[in-house]
Amino acid sequence: MLSPSRLHIPRAPARPGEAPDFSYLQLSAAGAVPRPEIAVNASEVTGLATQLVRVLDNTHQAVGAWHPHLDPAELQIGLRHMLLTRLFDERMQKTQRQGRISFYVKCTGEEAVSVAAAMALEPHDMLFPAYRNQGLQMVRGQPLVALMNQLLSNTGDMCKGRQLPVMYHSSAARLFSISGNLATQFPQAVGWAMAAAIKGEEHIAASWIGEGSSAAADFHHALLFASTYRAPVILNVVNNQWAISTFQGCAAGDSPSFAARGPGYGIPGLRVDGNDFLAVYAVTRWAAERARKGHGATLIELVTYRASAHSTSDDPARYRPRDEAERWPLGDPIERLKAHLCVLGEWSEPRHAALLEELEAQVTVAWKEACIFGTLSEGPRLDPALMFDDVYQHLPPHLAEQREQLRAARAAQGKG
Amino acid sequence: MPQMNLIQAINSALDVAMTRDRTVVVLGQDVGYFGGVFRATEGLQRKFGEHRVLDTPIAEGGIIGAAIGMGVNGLRPVAEIQFADYVYPAYDQIVSELARLRYRSAGDFFAPVTIRTPCGGGIRGGQTHSQSPEAVFVHVCGLKVVMPSNPYDAKGLLIAAIEDDDPVIFLEPKRLYNGPFEGNSEQPAVPWSTHPQGEVPAGHYTVPLGQARVVKSGSALTVISYGTMVHVATAAARQLGLDAEVIDLCTLSPLDTATLVASVKKTGRCVVVHEATRFGGFGGELAATLQEACFWHLEAPIIRVGGWDTPYPHAFEWEYFPGQARVAAAMRQVMEEAP
Repeated sequence: MLSPSRLHIPRAPARPGEAPDFSYLQLSAAGAVPRPEIAVNASEVTGLATQLVRVLDNTHQAVGAWHPHLDPAELQIGLRHMLLTRLFDERMQKTQRQGRISFYVKCTGEEAVSVAAAMALEPHDMLFPAYRNQGLQMVRGQPLVALMNQLLSNTGDMCKGRQLPVMYHSSAARLFSISGNLATQFPQAVGWAMAAAIKGEEHIAASWIGEGSSAAADFHHALLFASTYRAPVILNVVNNQWAISTFQGCAAGDSPSFAARGPGYGIPGLRVDGNDFLAVYAVTRWAAERARKGHGATLIELVTYRASAHSTSDDPARYRPRDEAERWPLGDPIERLKAHLCVLGEWSEPRHAALLEELEAQVTVAWKEACIFGTLSEGPRLDPALMFDDVYQHLPPHLAEQREQLRAARAAQGKG
Repeated sequence: MPQMNLIQAINSALDVAMTRDRTVVVLGQDVGYFGGVFRATEGLQRKFGEHRVLDTPIAEGGIIGAAIGMGVNGLRPVAEIQFADYVYPAYDQIVSELARLRYRSAGDFFAPVTIRTPCGGGIRGGQTHSQSPEAVFVHVCGLKVVMPSNPYDAKGLLIAAIEDDDPVIFLEPKRLYNGPFEGNSEQPAVPWSTHPQGEVPAGHYTVPLGQARVVKSGSALTVISYGTMVHVATAAARQLGLDAEVIDLCTLSPLDTATLVASVKKTGRCVVVHEATRFGGFGGELAATLQEACFWHLEAPIIRVGGWDTPYPHAFEWEYFPGQARVAAAMRQVMEEAP
């Protein structure tokens, strides 16, 4: 007789060759979820952790208490940032396939997650991104050439050739250095927010991780410290359903959602349609106001779908149905915002086509300019001696010695 | 001049640093209301307030993660890890984040975090309260690693560490907290109040990072050590009547190689002494560095003395601890090697 204590092995709802199945996904109708006061206790809003905040309905109208009533001009800016993000991704993916850059990570299908959130925050708020948040870079106005130079590890690279592509940073734009290790930025964002409160500043911090990395201890440390000190921080879990080949249920376990991790820590957990620009904006605004007014942190789960591969080194056809992305029930964030603007009479197909053309040209021009700073295959190249800088604030003797050894070795090879 | 034990010197360093610079904050388990399990932060919360001396949950990774964020936002956090044995849950935040933030962002971001933690044995701490983990930090580029051996250095080095813009691992040999220790637990304890290095200025001063200290000059052999073992090694040389040159590293990384090389070239003989396990320990790095630089000056192989390559056993603490007898045996061995 078998023991009753056998393991439960979570299984993806569908693997290659099977029909996509999103029946596990709990959806709410647009406008159905109430919007509580910002000062609310986590215990009073546990329902928000399993419902789904949605503003855009099936007829592309904005409805319900979470409708942020944004000016159409703001929505058009959001659409522009999302489109630019997507076009940038497409182009950089191609350059990787051409061997011009070593690696790339697209965020296709997840553009609203970053763009709407960044637009809902103030310029002085500090952002701690993961590696799939390029929309934050776009909203904060990072020049495309600067981003491309980083991808190219060329002479214009902000990282001086030290980081994998997409690990951008800018202290001026208040975009924290992307690590490449998962979830480490979460408790750091909490610490940044604590410091803001200690100094009596009203700036808040926001951070993003994937649902897969919510399994890491850093996620739990962040929630605990944010709760203990009521830190002014927004903690975002981007649930794009896949952590490379691992289905989201592996990190969720028997929890009904990732937002539901919040209430256990005394932090409101809000589950939001991550492909609904207006819903992401509204929820972020709510959490930001809550943090700024001293009511503490919010955990936001953004329900979305990773429409592209994990990275250029990944082939999702090996672990999920090929047509899964098309069958995603929450649609595409760009198409949805575009349709909404059209319904409002604030957008049209010709305007959309013109914007696409303009942004494509912008990306093309930027790429040409970036290549002047060098590519993987063509110079100019960074001086390898730069690898010894910034290990410490001041170069210690042993690194000065090693730098000299490198110089001598290169000279002996007829280089440098 | 005031007399302080090593705990009081640490406390005084924190007090001075926090008074001079409003951005210095202290965080860790039990550091606030209670003043720390070793009393190193006693009185600081009352004096500087609850926003600058924070009791934290028992989550070392969270403590260091939060400290990094604070450092990025303009504070100078001094995080206490209650025992060095507890630092490993924070290792990823230290190694992958704190140590490399300046590097990976090409200087755009940095976090001036100091991590204080009591280390070493000799207090009946068993295998989870006795470790000396310096080797796992000196191996990490971007960190500075410091271990004082007396109250004067402890205060000056800690202030220097807090004022430094690079992250510093500040290891406090807890056997030395109340007095110097020459390795014999059966001898009556000696307080710092009767020791010249227990004289500690009340105000601000620094002992520069990255500089070793020649504790006693000599010509027969060089003894390189740090922390508790400086006292053990000095006593062992005295007992043997050897004219040893005893060097206290003070800062393990970046290493003051020049001082070590000059001494070994002069004496031609060298013993390296630490309390940590020997295999893969910092002594190996010291011996390798010195033989590369001083090979033709050496009269004998460099010998390492360390803890046995076992966990620190509770019941056999003094059999484990590399006391005077083991250090003296190594000294005799390097002296007996024919030139």
